[in-house]
Amino acid sequence: MMKIAKYALLDILRNRFVLFYTFFLLLVSLSMFSLDSDSSKATLSLLNIILMVVPLVSIIFTTIHFFNSYEFIELMLSQPINRKAIFASEFIAVSAALCTSYLVGIGIPVLLLNNSAESMVLILSGLMLTLVFVALGFAASISTRDKAKGIGVALLFWFYFSLIYDGLLLYIIYSFSDYPLEKITLMLVSLNPVDLARIVILLKLDISALMGYTGAFYKNFFGSSLGILYSLGVLGLWVIIPFLISIKVFLKKDI
Amino acid sequence: MIRLFLLLTILHFSTLLFGKTWVVSKDGANPSIKTTILKAQPGDTLLIKSGYFKEGNIIVNKSLVLIGQGLPVIDGENKYENFTLTAPFVTLQGLKIINTGISDVNDISAITGESVKNLRIIDNIIEDAFFGIHLKGSTNSLISGNKLKARNQRDAQSGNGIHLWKCDSIRIINNTVEGHRDGIYFEFVTHSVIQGNVSHHNLRYGLHFMFSHNDEYRNNTFKDNGAGVAVMFSKKVKMFNNLFMENWGSSAYGLLLKEISDCIIENNRFYKNTVGIYLEGVNRGTFANNQFRENGWAVKLQASSIENVFEKNNFVGNTFDLSTNGSLTANRLDANYWDKYDGYDMGHDGIGDIPFHPVSVYSMIVEKMPTAVMLWRSFLVFMLDRAEKLVPVIIPENLRDDHPQMKAYDISS
Repeated sequence: MMKIAKYALLDILRNRFVLFYTFFLLLVSLSMFSLDSDSSKATLSLLNIILMVVPLVSIIFTTIHFFNSYEFIELMLSQPINRKAIFASEFIAVSAALCTSYLVGIGIPVLLLNNSAESMVLILSGLMLTLVFVALGFAASISTRDKAKGIGVALLFWFYFSLIYDGLLLYIIYSFSDYPLEKITLMLVSLNPVDLARIVILLKLDISALMGYTGAFYKNFFGSSLGILYSLGVLGLWVIIPFLISIKVFLKKDI
Repeated sequence: MIRLFLLLTILHFSTLLFGKTWVVSKDGANPSIKTTILKAQPGDTLLIKSGYFKEGNIIVNKSLVLIGQGLPVIDGENKYENFTLTAPFVTLQGLKIINTGISDVNDISAITGESVKNLRIIDNIIEDAFFGIHLKGSTNSLISGNKLKARNQRDAQSGNGIHLWKCDSIRIINNTVEGHRDGIYFEFVTHSVIQGNVSHHNLRYGLHFMFSHNDEYRNNTFKDNGAGVAVMFSKKVKMFNNLFMENWGSSAYGLLLKEISDCIIENNRFYKNTVGIYLEGVNRGTFANNQFRENGWAVKLQASSIENVFEKNNFVGNTFDLSTNGSLTANRLDANYWDKYDGYDMGHDGIGDIPFHPVSVYSMIVEKMPTAVMLWRSFLVFMLDRAEKLVPVIIPENLRDDHPQMKAYDISS
């Protein structure tokens, strides 16, 4: 399995996109820190990158990579190798590449320039988001037949989690604003990895005071070690469930 | 009024000049403050030498001057009120007053002045008092250079630092208050000045005004108090050159204004408060040359406030510059500097050519549905604000600045 993963990884590194992505993240985080003298503010500005760009790049790259290495996968399938191992090694290769570039591009500058607990949460959440969207990318590409359709589904996923879902959430809050919604929104937030990561990071940056009662409620929940474990656990589920679904589809699929 | 005051001051000093001086010293002829007060005549001076005095409640019922030398300690043993002043023209200076009793029934304090005038409470250190300096029905007094510090953690077990009830013409100058319930508390106090004080880390408000008219406070610092500063039910209060900072928490305000009218708020700095100024039922207020920096909300303007004017203020780095809960607000914004303004200035006269609407649509949503705050900094909110900026439909049309400044004002400290 590791051998296949190694070849897949070498293949990813050959097309230089990952290098470009690393360089882009590095440039963005360094320029944020040099533009803003207050390092915790720069961390906050980086939040937008982590919530928008990282998921987008992760999911699109995964989809394109899957369809580009379609022939390689076909070749592998013709060999006496377990299908599960082939899929898992592809997954490992892509996530290893993207996580490394994320850590180099954002993790190292943030740790060097603003080494604090909130930075750790920021890095960890970004890492989890990368994994989540790699898993979703595989799910998108497995469930479609051609590349254009796959990218379309991937983009739809991204749109849904970063825009449409929040719109629906706002609609729910608006419709039921006469009721206490804290617990329900907490549950609904767990259904969107992007929202979950955003709120966990914002609460760490001590902005909960702005959020009134809702903020206090969330702070109580996410501020405790149990809350951190919960959010990491939910993000973990967001990796595992799409992964399991796509592996199931892959096992039965007529490639 | 002033003449009378001068006359009284001259009288005061003349008694000082002709009075006798008693030396109170642990190893001298007069080891007790209480008995020396019994012996002294009005106008005399008591020089209290350095030492530790446990004398219960000391009642000063004559016009005496009590001056501490080498910071004598007056211990209330957590039971008594240290000083009760019942005569006019009393001076307390250079004393260290500690361990005042705590009571649920009486407002026991380190120094109480009751229905007297012309008190001078200067340069004392008051530690672990229930109430610090407490004047009731007093006039023409000076409270200056005192340092008050309490260590109570609970609201109910803690009194106010400087507590004034039904007073007139009091000057509170250069005091430091820390760890009390309210740092400085005013109720029915008129024509008074609060100047150069530092009020920080108090459990509730740094400064609390109730029904107090025609007062002025300037050059004070209010830092990290439980709920900031509150001015309520008052008229014609002037607030100049104060610094409100780091009043941070879910119900903390830099300055909370409620039911007040004709106030002038100028040259203040608001830095890192959850809410810079909160206005509810405020009429005819003038807010000019203030600096709002890095607050959660710089100004929260409830629609019950009318005819307020905001001009020549700087709004820099706030999460929300202005929020309101109604669509029709009869207040005026003019010639402020907004760092969120992205218009242009073709005439190069320093004034932006297109008006600025400081109320964002998201702040309106949050005002209506507090739960929606969980969408803060999401892509959706960004899109909503952008869309509204292009075609304003939800935000109040008349709450706009027609002359937004291109450059921040230089608001010196």
